[in-house]
Amino acid sequence: MYRIVSKKCIADNTTQYEVEAPDVARKAKPGQFVVVRVDEKGERIPLTIADFSREKGTVTIVALSVGKTTKMMASLNEGDRILDVAGPLGNPAEIIENGTVVCIGGGLGIAPAYPIARELKARGNKVISIIGARSASLLFWEDRMKEVSDELHVVTDDGSKGRKGFAVHPLMDLINNGVKIDRVIIIGSTIMMKVTSEATRPHGIKTIVSLNPIMVDGTGMCGSCRVTVGGKMKFACVDGPEFDGHQVDFDELLARLKTYAAEEKTSNETYAHQVEGVPLCLSSSRTT
Amino acid sequence: MPKFIPNNVDRRKRVPMREQDAAARTKNFDEVTLGYDEKEAQNEAKRCLKCESPACIEGCPVGIDIPKFVNEIANGKFDEAAKTLKDKNNLPAICGRVCPQESQCEKLCILGMKWKPLAIGRLERFAADHEKAVTKADIKPNGKKVAVVGSGPAGLTAAADLAKKGYSVTIFESLHKPGGVLVYGIPEFRLPKAIVEREVEYVKGLGVDIKLDHVIGKTIDIDDLFKDGYSAVFVGSGAGLPSFMGIPGESLNGVYSANEFLTRVNLMKAYLFPEYDTPVKRGKNVAVVGGGNVAMDAARTAKRLGAEHVYLIYRRGEEEMPARREELEHAKEEGIELKLLMNPTKIIGDEQRQVKAIECICMELGEPDESGRLSPVCKEGSETTLEVDIVIISIGTAPNPLIVRTTPGLKTGKHGVIDVDGYSFMTSREGVFAGGDIVSGAATVISAMGQAKEAAKAIDDYLKDKNTTGP
Repeated sequence: MYRIVSKKCIADNTTQYEVEAPDVARKAKPGQFVVVRVDEKGERIPLTIADFSREKGTVTIVALSVGKTTKMMASLNEGDRILDVAGPLGNPAEIIENGTVVCIGGGLGIAPAYPIARELKARGNKVISIIGARSASLLFWEDRMKEVSDELHVVTDDGSKGRKGFAVHPLMDLINNGVKIDRVIIIGSTIMMKVTSEATRPHGIKTIVSLNPIMVDGTGMCGSCRVTVGGKMKFACVDGPEFDGHQVDFDELLARLKTYAAEEKTSNETYAHQVEGVPLCLSSSRTT
Repeated sequence: MPKFIPNNVDRRKRVPMREQDAAARTKNFDEVTLGYDEKEAQNEAKRCLKCESPACIEGCPVGIDIPKFVNEIANGKFDEAAKTLKDKNNLPAICGRVCPQESQCEKLCILGMKWKPLAIGRLERFAADHEKAVTKADIKPNGKKVAVVGSGPAGLTAAADLAKKGYSVTIFESLHKPGGVLVYGIPEFRLPKAIVEREVEYVKGLGVDIKLDHVIGKTIDIDDLFKDGYSAVFVGSGAGLPSFMGIPGESLNGVYSANEFLTRVNLMKAYLFPEYDTPVKRGKNVAVVGGGNVAMDAARTAKRLGAEHVYLIYRRGEEEMPARREELEHAKEEGIELKLLMNPTKIIGDEQRQVKAIECICMELGEPDESGRLSPVCKEGSETTLEVDIVIISIGTAPNPLIVRTTPGLKTGKHGVIDVDGYSFMTSREGVFAGGDIVSGAATVISAMGQAKEAAKAIDDYLKDKNTTGP
């Protein structure tokens, strides 16, 4: 059992959890994830590690309450326990040194982008970060990202904060302005990663994406998370989750992510019925 | 052993074991075979010829004193029979169900020369199930710590044997439940999870600590274990990496590895969705590719999930199938349709990338290959298509590379198995031992247990030797 040390709502439907998991914290590195199971009948889902403290023996995860598991997590309080937290899984992010790196976090992707940006900064890179969301109410960690970046660009789809547009727009400006970029790291929704990777392809800029396919065990045992990269089958859990964005078959991944759309709907409806009357996390109750 | 005494038993006939009716059982996940009652068990046990030099023991990978426990059953001493089993076999209720006895102990039974061999497996199951109190062993702790990686058949066996020798044993399991393939792979209808839990409780009762959610190579690596004071490590991480065929369409929605399909259903209980949260796709027409026990499990599971047609596609003939005959017979009774001498060439999807058909080529058998089985050869231009909405690929598994990748100096052999010394089961790293599928490649529960027993003995010898000769 893994105790929730702290919990706070940091954006609409977006909750930050600090969970006591000393063995995971001891080994965690930026770019890795944990597999979480909330209760005995629960599903195993992968969630990216957004931060960790070896001293406190905790890992921080940020989850958007969209499915039953993440909604159940949101219903837990500080001091409550999560049944299973296994990890750290996947390969750590590849960190280059003394270069210029553009770090892009879209929506929930801001959370895993943060420790990567921090590590890149610590290794002497110039870090240009771009964070974006559909609207201001879904943005979070702007201050944290600012701290670890030499430059920070904020975009929202609706223009409610920062520049109106997508993460790809400031990226294209940087490229067009002749900024020498050694590497671009994109973490966000699959469609965002697909579109944004296309922007760097003609310029031959190495572009890394962090994929989040459906997983079960997260240790290479089931193959549920297989993705096609450069024409070869890879397991995101053990070969990734980082891959070359120019080599990933995003259309296949987009289709695979929809495999259980009908079942997810059933689960959500059943759960909504069970907890009817319990208000979900709203941005108005934000504590930071 | 007493001499042969006539006991008014008709030795010609094996006592049949009751089973759920085929039509009924395809609609539930309850155990198919129902086991013997006391009278049936005693009657079957009385068929034993009490041979002076019993061949059956030779056929048992863990060396159970078979005539002794059979005789105890015959005399109604059921708890004694369970104790005799547990002297050598820590998991008898499991082995009684999933061991291929027909190619081991029962194959060597003298009764089998003329009639059906003694039903040793069924008797083992009876004694293990019948045991009322959980057997406890008398253990003197020796103050030394041994780590075991994986809680499958190999890990549980090594842990139990080492605990009995006085070691303080900790098992590290990556999943949230102990049992390995016994819980994620073998279905409920063949091995009820309550039985596995009971056997795990027995191992825990010997003082073994099981740490769940601990992925060795990720959460902790082998070097950390030595730093944490473990004197030796046994790796029994199994062959968990699923193989795919490398044909077009394998990433379409509706294509599963047998591992994923069975893990969803068995470990995560997807057959009880939405009561349990993990879903699994229920197909109308399902193709299972492969001819082993796992393929049988996948096919029979798909049937229970409501499939109208389940096709078992295998590239050789029925004779060449590696599955146990019992499993194959059960599958056929349940209406699994064999598509023999066929090999998939591609999986075809619709515009939503959902499986709609599988294309196969017909095969014919040519020369024997290195395994002695006739090797299948493609018949040009013989492609046929089966309309299916789910494809389950069950063509084998390879060792999981997580541990090898994170343990410097660990040598591997063909297909990524860990190399061990044939006698000591020690790997190329001192103090690190391995056994089971991680060493042999995908094999059986009992062979993994047999190796784990030898390895546990070797670990004991190694640590005793180290103790006397100093560090």
